[in-house]
Amino acid sequence: MSHKIIRAIYDDDDVLLKAVKEIRANGNNIEEIFTPFPVHGLDKAMGLKPTKLAILAFIYGLIGLAFAVWMMQYMMISDWPQNIGGKPSFSFVENMPAFVPVLFEMTVFFAAHLMVLTFYMRSKIWPFQVASNPDPRTTDDKFLMEVTLDGSAEDLTSFLKNTGATEITIVNNQ
Amino acid sequence: MYQFSSKLKMFSIILMVVGLIGMAYGFFTVPKDAHAMEEILKEKHNAHDTHGTDSHAKVADNKTENHNGVDTAKAHKKHVEHVLMQYKNRPWSAIFINAFFFFMIGVMVLIFYAIQWVAEAGWSIVLFRVMEAITAYILPGSILLFIFLVLSGLHFNHIYVWMGEHAEHDAVIQAKKWWLNVPGFLIRSALYIIGYNVFRYFLVKNSLKLDNTKDYKTYIRNKNIAVGFVLFFAISELFLAFDWLMSLDPHWFSQLYSFYVLASMLVTAITVIAVITIYLKSRGYLPEVNSSHLHDLAKYMFGFSIFWTYFWFSQFMLQWYSHQPEETVYFVPRLLGTYQIPFIGMLVLNFVLPVLILMSNDFKRLNWFIMIAGISIIIGHYIDIFVLIAPATVGDNYGFGVIEIATIAFFLGLFIFVVFKALAKHNLQATGNPFMKESEIYHY
Repeated sequence: MSHKIIRAIYDDDDVLLKAVKEIRANGNNIEEIFTPFPVHGLDKAMGLKPTKLAILAFIYGLIGLAFAVWMMQYMMISDWPQNIGGKPSFSFVENMPAFVPVLFEMTVFFAAHLMVLTFYMRSKIWPFQVASNPDPRTTDDKFLMEVTLDGSAEDLTSFLKNTGATEITIVNNQ
Repeated sequence: MYQFSSKLKMFSIILMVVGLIGMAYGFFTVPKDAHAMEEILKEKHNAHDTHGTDSHAKVADNKTENHNGVDTAKAHKKHVEHVLMQYKNRPWSAIFINAFFFFMIGVMVLIFYAIQWVAEAGWSIVLFRVMEAITAYILPGSILLFIFLVLSGLHFNHIYVWMGEHAEHDAVIQAKKWWLNVPGFLIRSALYIIGYNVFRYFLVKNSLKLDNTKDYKTYIRNKNIAVGFVLFFAISELFLAFDWLMSLDPHWFSQLYSFYVLASMLVTAITVIAVITIYLKSRGYLPEVNSSHLHDLAKYMFGFSIFWTYFWFSQFMLQWYSHQPEETVYFVPRLLGTYQIPFIGMLVLNFVLPVLILMSNDFKRLNWFIMIAGISIIIGHYIDIFVLIAPATVGDNYGFGVIEIATIAFFLGLFIFVVFKALAKHNLQATGNPFMKESEIYHY
């Protein structure tokens, strides 16, 4: 269903942050904000839900740890038993201290890489993806806010102008 | 203004009195001579006969089998003397563990406090008076610790093997004599202790002066003193840990040791700041401290717990891997001997629990979670200091009885008394600090 949205451009992050609070207090719905850099506190001001990426990072870390345990057990103990530090016990538990660096690194590796991939998927950034950025200036020095238009266009336009918007356009969203 | 509640005051005085009585009992019940020691060993031998876990009984048995009568009697006498020494060390060792533990909490809070000054940190100003109060323990704590070290130097106890008579026949200790000798040891100890007390005096004095004058020059001067203290601390702590703790095992050495002690005591000190802050908040004081400040302290607790584990493991793994006899001697009683359970078990208290409890962003802001993790960290690092000291001083004859509990009671009582008395002396907020406003509105 198509509806109209207003694109307001701001040129300062502090003005933007203040505007977001005022617009939400006024009862308008902010759909999306494009910024050239992460604005501290913007997610809270917009009322976004906290990210679940942290929980995923923990799970990915556990997967990495489990994988490393299996890998070291297979490589160093069962497939090709090795004499570690002059202690040829061929037991995983007794040789565990030598494996701790590997276990740690694999945990970090899995957590970091899978978390980045998850972030890409979640943000719909993958190869050959066309940029969904409505205005290329938001990659330089401008902040663009998309507000749902439900009511008088003039009222909302003047209200946004009062909050510090420098440019306003009305577009059809599909 | 904070008022030292009479209940807490009573509690701390009772702790001290009970501790003193228990310590007197501990010294009184030490076996007097070789004869009394033999009786105890016999009893122990009989008690352990059924399950045969007593290593000393085993040693005695082996000797009976392998040697002729004269040698056995000689070896047995030597063994009894050795065990007697360890029994006599036990109350002294318990005092040293506590004197060191609580003194280092004060010192580590002071370095944490000084780092806030050096960094011109804004977030922590509302916690300054709590930190300053904890460092008040440095003066009484250092006096007690220095008396203990002087008594050790005068051979009232046999905590430091290299001070004793046996050291004369020990080539390794003789080679280290240029550093490990009693006068040098006491002079260095006095230097560390005087240094900490002097820096503490001026840092806190200037900070209190700021409240009245709000003079920017005083602020800059205190910042420069803090820079001096950080430098002094970096060097002194390095040698302090070598002198006081590592020389307990004079044959063994580890270059990581001082950093290990630093990590262990620093995380304890930050935890103590958090615990006292939460206590004061629960009594209605420190309204300026919000969940963001506690969040930051909890982050430090979390981070330094991992930092400590990193050192614990690094020190262990290299020596475990290379398997050199002079290095493994340190790990035999701890990893394989009678200290196995505290040595491995403290990893749960110091690493697993704090990391799992404090991992979540939200849990770091809940006072109860910080308290649970904090208690785990404090107990865990007490065990850590115990395992650093006890294997060298009391060996396999360690225990957790009257004397250990009594010394904890005495030093904890003294710590609470001194810290909360210092808290009650001044305004709970460092109102003169130029970053006070930033700290009050600090919000993460």
